[in-house]
Amino acid sequence: MNIHEYQAKELMRKFDISTLRGKVAFSVDEAVSAAKELGGSIWVVKAQIHAGGRGKAGGVKIAKSLEEVKEHAQDILGKTLVTHQTGPEGKVVKTLLIEEGCDIDHEYYAGVVLDRATGLVTFMGSSEGGVEIEKVAEETPEKIIKVAIDPAVGFTPFVGRKLAYGMGIPAEQVKGAMKFFEGLYNLYLSCDCTIAEINPLVSTKGGDILALDAKLNFDSNALFRHPDIESYRDPNEESEKEMEAAKFDLSYIELDGSIGCLVNGAGLAMGTMDIIKLHGGEPANFLDVGGSATRETVEKAFSIILSDENVKAILVNIFGGIMKCDIIAEGIVAAARVLGINVPLVVRLEGTNVALGKKILNESDLKIIAAEDLNDAAHKAVLAAKGEI
Amino acid sequence: MAILVGRETRLITIGYTGKQGTFHSLQSRDYGTNFLGGVTPGKGGTVHEGYPVFNSTHEAVKKTDANAAMIFVPPKFAADSILECVDAGIELIVCITEGIPVLDMVKVRKAMVGSKSRLIGPNCPGIITPGECKIGIMPGHIHMPGRVGVISRSGTLTYEAVYQLTQREIGQSTCVGIGGDPVAGTNFIDVLQLFEQDPDTDAVIMIGEIGGTAEAEAARWIKENMSKPVVSFIAGASAPAGKRMGHAGAIISGGDTTAEAKYRILEECGVIIARSPADLGEKMEEALKQRS
Repeated sequence: MNIHEYQAKELMRKFDISTLRGKVAFSVDEAVSAAKELGGSIWVVKAQIHAGGRGKAGGVKIAKSLEEVKEHAQDILGKTLVTHQTGPEGKVVKTLLIEEGCDIDHEYYAGVVLDRATGLVTFMGSSEGGVEIEKVAEETPEKIIKVAIDPAVGFTPFVGRKLAYGMGIPAEQVKGAMKFFEGLYNLYLSCDCTIAEINPLVSTKGGDILALDAKLNFDSNALFRHPDIESYRDPNEESEKEMEAAKFDLSYIELDGSIGCLVNGAGLAMGTMDIIKLHGGEPANFLDVGGSATRETVEKAFSIILSDENVKAILVNIFGGIMKCDIIAEGIVAAARVLGINVPLVVRLEGTNVALGKKILNESDLKIIAAEDLNDAAHKAVLAAKGEI
Repeated sequence: MAILVGRETRLITIGYTGKQGTFHSLQSRDYGTNFLGGVTPGKGGTVHEGYPVFNSTHEAVKKTDANAAMIFVPPKFAADSILECVDAGIELIVCITEGIPVLDMVKVRKAMVGSKSRLIGPNCPGIITPGECKIGIMPGHIHMPGRVGVISRSGTLTYEAVYQLTQREIGQSTCVGIGGDPVAGTNFIDVLQLFEQDPDTDAVIMIGEIGGTAEAEAARWIKENMSKPVVSFIAGASAPAGKRMGHAGAIISGGDTTAEAKYRILEECGVIIARSPADLGEKMEEALKQRS
């Protein structure tokens, strides 16, 4: 789960991580009064969307007067920002963060992430901040320092020193940097983050180390122990269909093809999308009904797929293990009765209770294109979407 | 026995009296697994579906001499159950539970270093040696005893591969679902190593997914160490870029995480590639013909 920069900074301050003072604003008037309250003579007006690359897209602007704060707020609020992380459709800005300005001396990069290869929480730091870190990793990998943390030991001062000196932070600022890293590690662990990324981390002319930007991502499997973080969720930032699916424990991602997919298991769901593509079709979605779906969740899955008007055919591919084929079959029949499925429906069932599942479908009056195996299913779904069967 | 499980396996289920725990314990028993009972704290001393229930894994091990455990405990408590199994000296722990917080697994993995236990999963279908022992949620009837090993990060794709093999009358030695979570107890190389050493295995199907570098590392290991043919499919070639969140994850794993990159490395390392999940059986049939 993602949160906004202003929320991330709010959380960081609870862990004694230095940030600039700032205020959130949802309207132009609020933006101006936020700047007044903050005081000073320079402010930064920042678009709050769940994506990086905002600066380049015109979502971050410096204001040197309250008049300029107003102008920038007017300009950015309501604007659709397209960045390398938003997809071509972009994201509409509905929230602003107004921050005080600062005298930047140097921009660094700091990130905490789980390294899957070692199974350890790992710090990454670089002297090259404020730029796309993927580029640094590709072109000058030696400029990124990595330090893994032993979970039994936790953060110790040497980790902080190794990072700070490795990033080229001047000796007199190392202490501040160590405190910053320790706070970031504590936050990562206490809040079940999957990513905590500060880019840039800056040193100021006054000698402070602070986070200019902040990106936090949380493990959705651990949200049950963090109701405070769950409350940061911004429905404006999430696809309505994907949220609706999540309520029913369905894993759904909307895509732009014409073949709706209903599959059990993430791997088979991806495999089904792959084989549709190999047969010349385009999947309309990724949908994993999981192992504990009921008749009702299957019905819900259908209603979500059918609400996508690009869907010209539906492919149901179920290999029952923990999921039983008869449950899926009952869900299909119920969905057809309630929703009236008006596109061709290709069904391939195999595995646990397959005979019972096929019997339920055969005894219904549904027009179903039965498929023998995976290839046959993909082939028929592609033809059906083109209106050729 | 092929690898890890067979007729000598003595199984208990942690979270036995729950709905899923009960159903799959009995399914495993019906398949022929030597099932001995289960653990549900607070229900010790009772008998459930004809098998004894214990309050702790230690007690269960003491009374039944179990050497394997299957975990069906809810995600909040599953990491603790794994640690309890390790502490009780269980040799093979198969954790089916999906949705365990990843930082819980970071601790578990570290705590298991130096122990004599092996963990398979979490978030996996389990492990089966056809005709001998089934621990997990896979449909037993699609399997057939034989000499091809299967290893996969995905549950249902494993069934797909097994089904294609069985339809061609190619049996399986052991099928291992290592699970799809970022931090797992057993990785591809661990299992490949066991298959390479196993006299009952002639060839291996390896099913990977996008994300992480496990497949690339496995490919390099295969090139250096594996004498038996390996056929591989990577799920997610059609997954759109840009759905990935943040930069940090991608950097730490380098550029090897897309399906295309993984296929390239696998091919370079002499692994036989199936670009469609429907071709796994056919590719394996060809590989076995060439070998004989």
